[in-house]
Amino acid sequence: MIWEFNFALFLFLILCAIAAITVRNLLSAVVILSVYSLIMAVLWAEMNAVDVSFTEAAVGAGITTLLFIATLSRTTRRSED
Amino acid sequence: MKQDVVIRTVCRLIVPFIQIFALYVIIHGASGTGGGFQGGVIFASAIILIGIAFGLPDALQRISEKTNTLLSCTGLYIYAGIGILCIIFGGNFLGYSFIPLPLDSAATRGLMAEIVEIGIGITVMAVMTSIFYDIAVKEDM
Repeated sequence: MIWEFNFALFLFLILCAIAAITVRNLLSAVVILSVYSLIMAVLWAEMNAVDVSFTEAAVGAGITTLLFIATLSRTTRRSED
Repeated sequence: MKQDVVIRTVCRLIVPFIQIFALYVIIHGASGTGGGFQGGVIFASAIILIGIAFGLPDALQRISEKTNTLLSCTGLYIYAGIGILCIIFGGNFLGYSFIPLPLDSAATRGLMAEIVEIGIGITVMAVMTSIFYDIAVKEDM
């Protein structure tokens, strides 16, 4: 419950969220989303929700990133719009 | 899509440890952090790692699509079977303490919760792997 640590984590979280929707390269967006999930996992663990944090680290940072990259390998790498 | 020799060697070294960790998470799910879902996801990530490093045919050789379907059904049947067994012995769905085992009530509940977690883990592992297979199927397959 160190509020400076929390503040820095939330700042990084918001920065990652904004970066993930503004960046043009889709592979970069996927990697930034995985960083977002990892910060979120640290935040859950800091809120004493270890079970949720574990799920977030396994699903959000692990499987989802892999599935996104596997999907990306079948499409183009750059956003069209 | 065979990868570099370093990636393949590291993958071959690290996959057994990932699988042991997944089994640990599943078994300790009832008493501590973790559970069937997380353990199943970690186990599936080990198989997906094989699929990425060695190519999809190698992963399909280890766990084929048919085995995947069978495994996902098996886990579901374990879960529902334990639940309906409790109904047969006169309790609620998943009311573990009604099952007549020669153990005290807390031990019975713990054992049955572990079995249900194992069922959940098998199903989650099979379904996650089959999602990866469906997405990553290439034109050379």
